[in-house]
Amino acid sequence: MSQNTLFDKVWELHKVANLPGGSDQILIGLHLIHEVTSPQAFGALRDKNLKVKFPNRTVATVDHIVPTDNQSRPFKDNLAEQMIDTLEKNCSKHKIKLFNIGSGKQGIVHVVAPELGLTQPGMTIACGDSHTSTHGAFGSIAFGIGTSQVRDVLASQTIAMNKLKVRQIWCENKLSNGIYAKDLVLHIINLLGVKAGVGYAYEFAGPAISALSMEERMTICNMSIEGGARCGYINPDEKTYNYIQNKLCSPKHKNWNEAIKWWESLRSNENSIFDDVVKIDASKVEPTVTWGITPGQSIGISQKIPSLKEIDPNDQFIAGEAYEYMGFKPGQLIKDTPIDVCFIGSCTNGRISDLRVAAQVLENYKIAKNIKAFVVPGSESVAKEAKEEGLDKVFINAGFQWREPGCSMCLAMNSDKLIGDQVSASSSNRNFKGRQGSPTGRTLLMSPAMVAAAAINGKVSDVRDFLNK
Amino acid sequence: MNGVFKPPKGRFSHLKGKCISLVGDDIDTDRIIPARFLKCVDFNSLGKSVFDDDRKALKGRHPFDLKANKGASILIVNSNFGCGSSREHAPQALMRWGIKAIIGESFADIFYSNCIAIGIPCFTLSKSLIKSIQQYIDNKELFFEINFLKCIASSTDLKFNLGIKETTKKMFLSGEWDTTSILIDNNDLIENKMNDLPYIKFNSNF
Repeated sequence: MSQNTLFDKVWELHKVANLPGGSDQILIGLHLIHEVTSPQAFGALRDKNLKVKFPNRTVATVDHIVPTDNQSRPFKDNLAEQMIDTLEKNCSKHKIKLFNIGSGKQGIVHVVAPELGLTQPGMTIACGDSHTSTHGAFGSIAFGIGTSQVRDVLASQTIAMNKLKVRQIWCENKLSNGIYAKDLVLHIINLLGVKAGVGYAYEFAGPAISALSMEERMTICNMSIEGGARCGYINPDEKTYNYIQNKLCSPKHKNWNEAIKWWESLRSNENSIFDDVVKIDASKVEPTVTWGITPGQSIGISQKIPSLKEIDPNDQFIAGEAYEYMGFKPGQLIKDTPIDVCFIGSCTNGRISDLRVAAQVLENYKIAKNIKAFVVPGSESVAKEAKEEGLDKVFINAGFQWREPGCSMCLAMNSDKLIGDQVSASSSNRNFKGRQGSPTGRTLLMSPAMVAAAAINGKVSDVRDFLNK
Repeated sequence: MNGVFKPPKGRFSHLKGKCISLVGDDIDTDRIIPARFLKCVDFNSLGKSVFDDDRKALKGRHPFDLKANKGASILIVNSNFGCGSSREHAPQALMRWGIKAIIGESFADIFYSNCIAIGIPCFTLSKSLIKSIQQYIDNKELFFEINFLKCIASSTDLKFNLGIKETTKKMFLSGEWDTTSILIDNNDLIENKMNDLPYIKFNSNF
């Protein structure tokens, strides 16, 4: 059993009680909600005649269903309008702060909370969304919950949960030029598999992780769940503190020094014991692209789609399904695969640094004919910053559509969808069957820089060819 | 779908039902309930949309459409079932179709805890036993009676020792899976804990 890791310390700090059944009652320091997984939870409160226990520890925004073309109200989609309206009413009734469209602070919940300084080391953070693991980049213990648990957090600020085991993923060396956090995390998921993380929290550590910016660290922790781990985290350091300082909700004045002192005490150290340790060589990572229907089915840009014989017997069934669904053959290179749609955005890769790196690739280029390409900033604040830097112009000049913030085609709950069996190059997190809105649509996950390169050539390309010019 | 939906309540001791087999590893929540059906403010209408894309693709040959599986309530699945998003809509859709328990090789974490939270017990069996049960169902109807205390699934000619986390088993036996009231009971402990958290003192407000 793990001891003295950041996970152990934060877990103990938030443990309210041992429940009779043997699970722990854990206090949730910060609860984030959005329009999709909260209405039924508020409904359950109403049915049980319960109140929200600590309304000031829950913060709301809208992201999943918002249109990215025309955000004027009422939305064209009646169901989407009903959902945002329900969230507004629930927040107003229960006195919960809502960062709504037009507030300057709306966006994808996992982009917005760090931007506002809500996300801090040592917190427990829960949200009815599996990518809540993102917030672990700050040394918080953050995990996705279902709607019944959203109800429990609203009613009691706690949930019943079994303590997770802790696996340290030690990333040696550094990523090479043109290789990004997305490539590293896809590589890790490929090596360990999509179910290796079940029952675990992942601690990402080592020189390759320390070298990453906070936004890159969020990309890594964001996809912990794609590796099966409900929660992933990185020990806080100077970069963490610099990111948080002077944000709207960050500790101020003399509180700041106190906060840092406490945050420093949380780190895992030489006395920490992990349930498991895995070592990864970051210098071996190539630009990485998925070829299948799970985020674990990925290869480096120079590699060929593996044959059944090269795949672990436990993964052969889903590999067979993947060949059939994707229409790809074992032995085929992923490079030069023709693309129809390019999507840059999502809680994985919709932050300002993602837009900067994609714009750097696109500068002075036009996207290929017949490609539909669009960029969806992760938040209103990302959009504003990008415009101030002129990035919107770079995208538009290259032939991209510049959209309003939201989750968009990551999960296609709004009108941004693939059509038929279109192939998308996507900076999002899931390539499941039908994920991007068409039951036969095909998704290739990659870094935003790689999406930009694919847009220019109309096919999967090595972004390093653009960066080295 | 099986008649009028009644949500589970209270303690579990025995559960009887017909088994339905769904073959495949890593069946994700987008497949169980595609995102377009998440545009709703209650769970009531989800049952008919469960596996919508997969069912359309198989044109009536999907297990959830086969006549033979009508009225089934114990779902037999393979490994990493329910991976992907945290949408409780996935187990809610299964439950509203008629599923009352799931037996599988393994489950994704969030899906598993969502199932517990709404009263769908999930049990595990080895890969080979799951396969043999699925092959049995291909040829013959299978009715299981699940004994929660002993964790045994039995039919007229089969008997299996089911795996379940000890904490989960206790939750179903005691009715504690329905968590809200148990959590609220610790109100004083919760308030003290909240007041003691270092970051509550030094945070700025929005």
